[in-house]
Amino acid sequence: MTTKIFVPCDAAARAVGADKVAAALVSEAKRLGRAVEIVRTGSRGLFWLEPMIEVQTPAGRIAFGPVKAKDVTDLLTSDFSAGHRLHLGRPEELPFLKRQTRINFARCGIIDPLSLAGYRAHGGGRGIERARSLGAAGTVEEVTKSGLRGRGGAGFPTGIKWKTVADTAADQKYIVCNADEGDSGTFADRMIMEGDPFLLIEGMAIAGFAVGATKGYVYIRSEYPDAIRTMERAVVLAEADGMLGPEAGFDIEIREGAGAYVCGEETSLLESLEGKRGQVRAKPPLPAHKGLFGKPTVINNVLSLVTVPAVLADGAKHYADLGMGRSRGTMPIQLAGNIKHGGLFEAPFGMTLGELVDDIGGGTHSGRPVRAVQVGGPLGAYFPRGLFDTPFDYEAFAARDGLIGHAGVVVFDDTVDMARQARFAMEFCAIESCGKCTPCRIGSTRGMETIDKIIRGERTEANLAIVTDLCQTMKFGSLCALGGFTPYPVLSAIKHFPEDFNRPRLAAAAE
Amino acid sequence: MSPAWDEARAQDILRRHSGRKGALLPILHDIQAEFGCVPAPAIPVIAHTLNLTRAEVHGVVSFYHDFREKPAGRHVLKLCRAEACQSMNGEAFAQQVLERFDLDWGGTTPDGRLTIEPIYCLGLCASSPSAMLDGQPMARLDQDSLDEIAREVG
Ligand SMILES: Cc1cc2nc3c(=O)[nH]c(=O)nc-3n(C[C@H](O)[C@H](O)[C@H](O)COP(=O)(O)O)c2cc1C
Ligand code: SF4
Ligand code: FES
Repeated sequence: MTTKIFVPCDAAARAVGADKVAAALVSEAKRLGRAVEIVRTGSRGLFWLEPMIEVQTPAGRIAFGPVKAKDVTDLLTSDFSAGHRLHLGRPEELPFLKRQTRINFARCGIIDPLSLAGYRAHGGGRGIERARSLGAAGTVEEVTKSGLRGRGGAGFPTGIKWKTVADTAADQKYIVCNADEGDSGTFADRMIMEGDPFLLIEGMAIAGFAVGATKGYVYIRSEYPDAIRTMERAVVLAEADGMLGPEAGFDIEIREGAGAYVCGEETSLLESLEGKRGQVRAKPPLPAHKGLFGKPTVINNVLSLVTVPAVLADGAKHYADLGMGRSRGTMPIQLAGNIKHGGLFEAPFGMTLGELVDDIGGGTHSGRPVRAVQVGGPLGAYFPRGLFDTPFDYEAFAARDGLIGHAGVVVFDDTVDMARQARFAMEFCAIESCGKCTPCRIGSTRGMETIDKIIRGERTEANLAIVTDLCQTMKFGSLCALGGFTPYPVLSAIKHFPEDFNRPRLAAAAE
Repeated sequence: MSPAWDEARAQDILRRHSGRKGALLPILHDIQAEFGCVPAPAIPVIAHTLNLTRAEVHGVVSFYHDFREKPAGRHVLKLCRAEACQSMNGEAFAQQVLERFDLDWGGTTPDGRLTIEPIYCLGLCASSPSAMLDGQPMARLDQDSLDEIAREVG
């Protein structure tokens, strides 16, 4: 009998040897005379267990991990016995997965990403069917009712954005998927594109149907070659199937970024798609009125778009019933950095930061105490343990001078030097600034130099005052959130970790 | 080795993209895949075909971190310097790699076999520190990885 073995092809699994494991399974099975069939899947998102393979048994799939190529012989000769030291049991029973509510990630890690039959067998395609039965206006209405807010960072209601485009008359409209995912600590867009690409295609096709757009672009950052490859193949397969193309009335083109963080900002992204420098446009006009090539454009993050098929398939109410306050539904939270159990954790809004980091994440990877957590990428604030009671919710984070952004959570242990982290925030802004506004372009470099002085212990008080002032100027004098939000990590580091900005006194105390 | 500048090949690439709207980035990616960089003589050719000025094309090439004006080494190692990798001592690891090959950020070894560049997040942030070697992802980097990199680049 042939044993079916699932091996992830997600970049994070490949990065720790999944391809070698797959190759070893094939060659060792041959040598041992065992019949195996290898199926490559996305990742389940338990990255400390990758490469995590799953073996099909009469009792369902059984997981083993982390598997190295050298473990393969042993696994095969033991017939994947439950007594094996890498045996993890049924993946659904692993606490990290069991505690999740997977809506966006329902199929990721389970199916062969490029099998449309597998996609449909696991519920794919029901969203667009329901959209067609509701009609365009009814679809927009349903998305609005779900309470879905943009997952790219700003949290703008997706239904309202769609309605604006639907109500704007034009000979051509576009759907643009923002897959630039530049925030450190985030990988949810990447995982979906590598693990369930047809879901994104379905989400974009629904958007096109709802607003009357016939063409879509997916702008994927060049740092994601695997995602680009998978999405390109998926588009070809979808065209062959009729899910895309003339019959469907919707086409998708995959475009590759070129290593500019600011191109994640929606207007900069549109410039880039038009073949220009990625400079931010002043608003108005809104992209919904005058977007790509001057035409009405829906621009949405990957996660916003992949939520839509589920909202339609199972109804807006089902989705809106989850969450807290004005944050409805689930959020695929990405636990990253110095964390024991890092990975993709999709849950309804409302869990506290402490639960996520300590209970789900298991604290630090190094085993040392957690000291700081940066939420929301390079423009997000650093939170101390004292704020661990903050629930994961747009408004709750804003009330504490933070943001959830694209839901990346980066954990640091007590060896972190927060003055250096503040300096890096300024440096990153200086490297990635599009150059349009002086506070962002020049202010970030000044900020970096000034923090360097603080780190050297030069005129600490005066220089801290300069940095605080600079942050005010950047906040209010920047066109976009790159310059405007860089003050978040800087000021939160100064506010919550003042001791790191006061070296001479520390040195004196130590003597 | 990337082939030397060849206008006919560049024209082939341009033809492949004709009719595509806003195609400058895809064109530049393909030119760089062919020649290892965007060579200076490519600029007027592209500008002419797309009805742009040379300054406009040059402006785009220089705006994006990905485009090179000179070819890189035979192998390209991109080490992640963003926050999640910092939290796992990525900077110390990066320093070790740079020292091992006696390079600074952006530098190429004198024999042209390796270029090391910074990159800001590869989406491997739950398996930090991470890197990309010739387009292949690497994560949970440690001392063994350093030897592996050295073996790969020969
Ligand atoms: C500097 C900067 C970088 C951004 N990067 C991204 C990104 O990588 N992905 C993303 O979806 N949104 C990003 N955004 C937010 C977008 O501008 C925009 O709000 C989003 O694409 C809208 O989609 P949504 O409503 O579905 O969130 C960024 C914003 C700024 C200011
Ligand atoms: S804030 Fe910075 S990145 Fe944003 S538009 Fe101004 S200069 Fe460009
Ligand atoms: S921060 Fe290094 S991979 Fe994301």
